[in-house]
Amino acid sequence: MVDGSDSQSQSPSVPPAIEVHDLTVAYGTQPALWDVDVDVPAEKLCAIIGPNGAGKSTLIKAMLGLVKPLTGWVQIFGAPFAKRRSWVGYVPQRSSVDWDFPTTALDVVTMGLYGRLGWLRRPRRRHREEALACLDKVGIADLAGRQIRQLSGGQQQRVFLARALAQDARIYLMDEPFAGVDAATERAVMELLGTLRDQGKTVVAVHHDLQTVPRYFEHVTLLNMRLVAAGPVETTFTEKNLQQAYGGRLTALTRAADALLANPPLDRE
Amino acid sequence: MTYEQWVIVAVGACVGAGCALIGAFLVLRKIAMLGDAISHAVLPGIAIAFLLSGSRATLPMVIGAGIFGVLTVVLVGALSRTRRINEDASIGVVFPALFSVGVILISKYAAGVDLDLDCVLFGEIAYSALDTLRVGGASLGPRPLWITGGILLVNLVVVLVFFKELKLTSFDPELAAAIGISPVVMHYVLMSAVSVTVVGSFESVGAILVVAMLIVPPATAYLLTNSLAMMLVLSALCGAASAVGGYAVSAWLDCSVAGAMATVSGLMFVVALVLSPRYGLVAQAWARALLGRRMREQLVLLHLGSASAQHGTAAAELAQRFRWRAAQAERLLGGLERRKQVERVGDGWRLTSYGTEAIERAGKDVLRHADEDGGGAA
Repeated sequence: MVDGSDSQSQSPSVPPAIEVHDLTVAYGTQPALWDVDVDVPAEKLCAIIGPNGAGKSTLIKAMLGLVKPLTGWVQIFGAPFAKRRSWVGYVPQRSSVDWDFPTTALDVVTMGLYGRLGWLRRPRRRHREEALACLDKVGIADLAGRQIRQLSGGQQQRVFLARALAQDARIYLMDEPFAGVDAATERAVMELLGTLRDQGKTVVAVHHDLQTVPRYFEHVTLLNMRLVAAGPVETTFTEKNLQQAYGGRLTALTRAADALLANPPLDRE
Repeated sequence: MTYEQWVIVAVGACVGAGCALIGAFLVLRKIAMLGDAISHAVLPGIAIAFLLSGSRATLPMVIGAGIFGVLTVVLVGALSRTRRINEDASIGVVFPALFSVGVILISKYAAGVDLDLDCVLFGEIAYSALDTLRVGGASLGPRPLWITGGILLVNLVVVLVFFKELKLTSFDPELAAAIGISPVVMHYVLMSAVSVTVVGSFESVGAILVVAMLIVPPATAYLLTNSLAMMLVLSALCGAASAVGGYAVSAWLDCSVAGAMATVSGLMFVVALVLSPRYGLVAQAWARALLGRRMREQLVLLHLGSASAQHGTAAAELAQRFRWRAAQAERLLGGLERRKQVERVGDGWRLTSYGTEAIERAGKDVLRHADEDGGGAA
C-alpha cells in the first residue's frame, strides 16, 4: 500500500469523515475490493479513481451499507453507517435509474426528504417547497413538473444532485456525477460542490476523467481492487501511482500522462 | 338490471380495482408475471389442505393456497438474491416446481377426487349472487362480494398507508435502504398483498380475470400519466370500467362474463397504446414525422442557401442530391413557398430573406438546445 498513510498526516484536529478498514467485498466468489484501508478526510473534495471494474462503485456502496463486506468495516464520523444514515447523501449512477418511472423532477427531489420523514409520515407542502428550493439551487426549478425521461442528461444529473441536497447531509457520496453531462452542467456541479465544501461538507465522487482530477479535487483515492494509493492530490496523483492503478492500459496511461502535463499537480489555484 | 346482475358487476368492479391497485407496483417493478406464477404455485397448498382436512371446504384451501403464495415469493426472492440467475428466471423456475409438486400430490393421493385448480379455486363470477355468506344462520349477502370487497379495501389501505414507501422502494431501492426504509420489508408487504389478492380473487371469480386485472389496467394507466398517484387512480378506474363494460358485452353477446371483462381491459390497453396523447403510437409516429419533415426542410433551406441565388436550384436536383422522390421534393418546396421562405426563379428555387432568417433561427435553436442541457445554473 503505497501512500495509504498520507491522509493520516492531516491536521489531527479534524477526524476522518469516512474510515474504511480492511474492507474486502466479493460478489459471489468474485472479489470486488480486496483489503482496502482508506481514510477519507472531512471537509474536502475527494475523488475515487481507477480502471473499469476496480471496485469504485462497490466502495461507495460499502460506505452506504448497501453491500455486505466479507471482512472489515466502514465508519462514518466514528460510528457505523446505520447510526449515521441522516448524515450521508447519495447520488446514484445515472444508468441505474428507471427513467420511465411515472415521477416528476420535484417528486424525485422530495424523496431526498423521506429519510427525515421516516416511515408512514407523508411529505407536506413545506417539504415540497423545500424540494423546490433545492431544484432552484441546481438551476432547474422551472422543470419541477417534468417527467424525468423528458429531461436532458445534464438536467437529470442535476435532479439527483438536488435530491442529495434535500437530504441535507454532511457527507455526499456520488457515483460518477459527471458521466454523460454537458460542459455547462459539469461546471455548475463543480461550483456547487465547492460551495458545499466551503460549508464544511465532505464530498466523495467516483470520477472517470483523469484530466480534471487535479483541477476538481483535493484528495484522491486510486483503486484497482486493492488500494493503490490515497492522499492529497499533490502527492498522490503521480504518474507512478497512476501507472500502478491502470496497469498496462496504454490509452489510460497516455491520457494520464497528458493530464499530468496539462495540469501539473502543484500548479493548482 | 336484476339483483344477480348488480352483484356480478359489483364483484367484477371490486376485483378490477383491487387487483389493479396492487398490480400497478408489479408493473413498475418489472415483475408482472409474478401474479401469474403465484396463481399456479398455490396448487400444492390446496392439495395439502385437502389431504389434511379431508374435505373440499374452502377456508382450509384458501389458507393453504395463501401459505404457498407467500412461499413462492420467498423462494423467488431467495433464488434471485444468490445472483446466479435473474429474477424473471427465478420466477420461471419456482412456479413450475411448486405447481408440479401439486400435480404429483393430487395424482398420488387424490386421484379419485375432482381436485385441481380449475374446479377448486376457479370461482365463476357468473354465479356470484348464488353463493351467500351465512353466519349463524343469518344471510349476509353474496360471499364473493364480501371477499373481493375486502380485498379491495385491504389493497386500498396498503397503498394509501405505504404510498411513500412503495414509491421509493420501487423507484430507488438503494436510496431507500440507505435512508432506512427497508426495501425487503416493503417487498414482503407488497407480495403478501399480492398473494392474498390472487388467492382470494381466484376463489371468487376465476383465473383469467385475476391475471388480467392485475396487470392490464396498470399497464394501460402507465401509458396515460406521469404521476404515480394518478397511475394508481387510473389503474383502479380502468379495472372497474373493464368490469362494467365487460358485463355489458357479455350480456350483449351472451358469452363468458370473466372472458368479456378481461377482453374489455385488453381493448382499453390497445386504445391507450395507440391513442395515448404522449406515449401512444400515433402521437409518437406523428411527432417523428413532424421532426423528420422539419429536418428535411432545413436541409432544403441550407442547400438553397449554399447554391447560386441567380439561377436557383431545380427540385429534381434536390431530389437527386438527397435521394428523395421528385414529388416529395416538390411538396417540401411547396410548403416552404407557402411560408415565403423560398421562391421560384426560372426553373429553380432560391431562398427569400425569410428563408435566410429561418436558417439563422434553426442554428440558434441548435445552440439553445445544447445550452438548455445545462445553462440554467449559471
